[in-house]
Amino acid sequence: MQPVEMEFFMDPSRCIGCQSCVHACSECETHKGHSMIHLEYVDRQASTQTAPVVCMHCDSPTCADVCPADAIKRSGDGRVMTARKPRCIACSNCVLACPFGVPKMMTEFDLMMKCDMCYDRTSTGRKPMCATVCPSGALFYGSREEIERLRQRSRPINQFQFGQQRITTKVNMMVPRQSPVEHVDVTAVMHEPPVGTPISLNLFDLKG
Amino acid sequence: MAVEAPLTTELLARFGPLKAYPTGQRIDSSVDPDRLVKTHCCFCGQQCGIQLKVLGNEVIGFEPWEDFPFNRGMLCPKGVRRYLQGSHHDRLTNAYMRDPARPEGFRAVPYDEAIRKTADEIQRIQKEHGSSAFAELTGASLVSEKTYLMGKFARVCLQTPYIDYNGRLCMVSAAAANKKAFGIDRAANPWTDILESEIVWISGANVAECAPITANYVWQARENGARIIVVDPRITPLARTCDLFLPIKPGRDVALFNGILHLMIEHDWLDHDFLRDHTTGFETVAEHVREWTPKKTAEVTGIAERAIRQAAEWWGQAKTSFLMHARGIEHHSHGVQNVLGSINIVLASGRIGRLGCGYATITGQGNGQGGREHGQKCDQLPGARDIGNPEHRRHVAQVWGIRPEELPQAGVDCYEMFRKVETGEIRGLLSISFNPVVSLPDSNFVKRMLEKLEFYANIDFFLSETARHADVVLPGSQQEEDEGVVCSTEGRVIKINKAVEPPGDARQDWKILQDIAKALGRERGFTFQSPREIFEELRKASEGGIADYSGVTWEKIERQQGVFWPCPATGPGGQPIDHPGTPRLFEPGSWNPIARGAGPFYFPDGKARFNVAEYTPPAEEVDAEYPIILTTGRVVNMFLSGCQTRRIGPLVDQYAEPLLEIHPQLAEQLGITNGGWVTVESRRAGITIRAQVVATIRPDTVFVPYHWAGVKSINQVTIAAQDPVSHIPEYKVCAVRLRKAAEPEYAHRLEPQQ
Repeated sequence: MQPVEMEFFMDPSRCIGCQSCVHACSECETHKGHSMIHLEYVDRQASTQTAPVVCMHCDSPTCADVCPADAIKRSGDGRVMTARKPRCIACSNCVLACPFGVPKMMTEFDLMMKCDMCYDRTSTGRKPMCATVCPSGALFYGSREEIERLRQRSRPINQFQFGQQRITTKVNMMVPRQSPVEHVDVTAVMHEPPVGTPISLNLFDLKG
Repeated sequence: MAVEAPLTTELLARFGPLKAYPTGQRIDSSVDPDRLVKTHCCFCGQQCGIQLKVLGNEVIGFEPWEDFPFNRGMLCPKGVRRYLQGSHHDRLTNAYMRDPARPEGFRAVPYDEAIRKTADEIQRIQKEHGSSAFAELTGASLVSEKTYLMGKFARVCLQTPYIDYNGRLCMVSAAAANKKAFGIDRAANPWTDILESEIVWISGANVAECAPITANYVWQARENGARIIVVDPRITPLARTCDLFLPIKPGRDVALFNGILHLMIEHDWLDHDFLRDHTTGFETVAEHVREWTPKKTAEVTGIAERAIRQAAEWWGQAKTSFLMHARGIEHHSHGVQNVLGSINIVLASGRIGRLGCGYATITGQGNGQGGREHGQKCDQLPGARDIGNPEHRRHVAQVWGIRPEELPQAGVDCYEMFRKVETGEIRGLLSISFNPVVSLPDSNFVKRMLEKLEFYANIDFFLSETARHADVVLPGSQQEEDEGVVCSTEGRVIKINKAVEPPGDARQDWKILQDIAKALGRERGFTFQSPREIFEELRKASEGGIADYSGVTWEKIERQQGVFWPCPATGPGGQPIDHPGTPRLFEPGSWNPIARGAGPFYFPDGKARFNVAEYTPPAEEVDAEYPIILTTGRVVNMFLSGCQTRRIGPLVDQYAEPLLEIHPQLAEQLGITNGGWVTVESRRAGITIRAQVVATIRPDTVFVPYHWAGVKSINQVTIAAQDPVSHIPEYKVCAVRLRKAAEPEYAHRLEPQQ
């Protein structure tokens, strides 16, 4: 029997901002003492909303594309790894280029470090540390069948548009099941009628 | 004389609180543990399963325990970092005696000398002033074997009525109301019932921060189609995306429940069959809530009328539901009334005792549930027995090998004990696992009373702020250094397993207690060789009581991954049975030792009780002089008085010092800015801390978390008003005023956690 493929799913609407993932990440064997997860309040003065960010593990990783030293490698099963220590020149190109803002420059080691989806754990059949401990299911690791059964209100997407760049990722983002995925183009709300890709923002009702 | 040791740099350097981070073999990736120990977190009442990585005699990390059904590997940040409390710089590995001549305030002494001194002082005080002049304060973080022994020690060894515990600050309002309405004090349902409910009603519970694992149950219920109603003065992380948020004015919960019941009656959203067959007292309550029209409810609660109507409609028409609450409705001078109000809307709906039909209070402390079942509460004996009931006294006296008349009668709650210090009735104190100078309200009174004691001995593993007052400090054990059972928030009895041995002269708390008994020459009944022996006696003492553990064994706990009590060893006819435990209470046709088949509830007629839940305002209403409501609570990275979590570096760094949450409208009026200093003061005291200006709190209310000590302790400001039935303090409402302040002197002298 083929082993069921396990995937990573992220649902910011479930995030309670507890930082359990951040703490657990820094307890991981391969990078003890350093967390690879970003977790921020979006705007604490306005809301308790928080957003966790792990590496999305792009099919065609921008961080690797812009690396002048070819230090960032993708594993056979599609995980984008932390920069290789002997090659990384600590130029921070990847930090600046990543559309999701994931890589961290660790100045004390002159090394870029990032989430490798707990390669040491997942390659031996365990779940990544963050998705195991997350107490609210904002970070989840399981099969597609499981996520479809458990999350009836939402669905996973893994394609993102940044300007002209279309990115497909290994990590899935949960979005409301009913809503269409819309890509925001500012020109759409500059003209009447819109000339860019139509979007719906709460600020304007374009249909009048 | 329990005069506080001055807060010198020497005291802080020796005893902390200092922050610990992973170092040495805990940070070395090449080091593998010797073994993994399956146990549970040492903090809150969720009691998440966790595996501790052990190397030699040190816990070096953790590994999720995904097979434990409650949390399936999930942990909050406290659970992830809990292991850092072990091998800590601040750890007490010696006994100490107060020594004012030393800059650190204490000198290390041989363990036996400290025990001798404690026993001598107990003897002296009891000889001069009677046995009840010596008192005992205990805690709900202890395993049940220890809580059982603490109760027995007070009644049999010290022969004092004065024992009470810090669960008094936690769940006693819920406990009292549950006994009045159901005849039993336990969460009515396992948490899996949350997943099957159409409506989840959460009143006064910051689930995401105080019970994070429960957040997943609530979210999963919503994925399954449930609507979530949150009642809270703040938009907590869970409230942010709930279906209906009711921003209640602190202290008005019972008014809301009465208003909901009023609408349920008006629209006939009632289960008449259930009311007739399984309850009494509905008519009187219906009459009482007649005045609670939506208009009046809205005026009193500060919630828009349409939101109240919407909540009533959803609640009233649901087929299944789960109502849960926590300290938010319980920490009031009318906390019991608030809880009774919530139970009334559950009973009126008839939705209890079935799949997906549930009700529970969310336990705060690790053994908050178990800690009040076996006799460390001032009016209880093991098995949740009543110390005033002659039959109950006879049973426990017989297990303890004494005459019933030798058992003291009920004592008083822990705050009242300090009032008895003031009157001179109590002159000596032994405490364990309780930090009242941080956790009790109007805490400057508590400090003065500690100083008035003739003798104070403290058992703990860190020098808590309260222990700074101690004449003798005895080094106790951390949770991972001993074994025993606890009862989780669900009513599930689980096993804490030992990972390491106590370091140095520190030892298991039950051994310390027995050493004192021996030094007093009163060791009869205190010669246990192991926690298992204590548990076997606890089972006998609880047999036939409501909290019946007689059918619980450590082996059954391991086999079933927990056993929900009641779990009797014998059936209704007295025949031995292998009882699996009782995950869900009040199921139709269920048997209990009080109703004996008459019905599912724990009264002779088997019926649940409606109780009139009367609204009264908080003890201290706002006025022109103190115009703002202060409410207090927890943050996710800290636990209780912070004695442990303020020593764990990564947790401290997450949210290092208390912040005063204030709405932008109020902040603007007072010229208070985000991150700026503010003085919050009541009629009792004031503290100066930084403000956090947020639109997520009612503009008439400010919030401050209570985990910090000394100049940062908000419990200097809170009021010592108490519920007349449960004696819980009113932490959730008092009147304060605010003013913009300059940077306080402590900002440069103390580290954030100190």
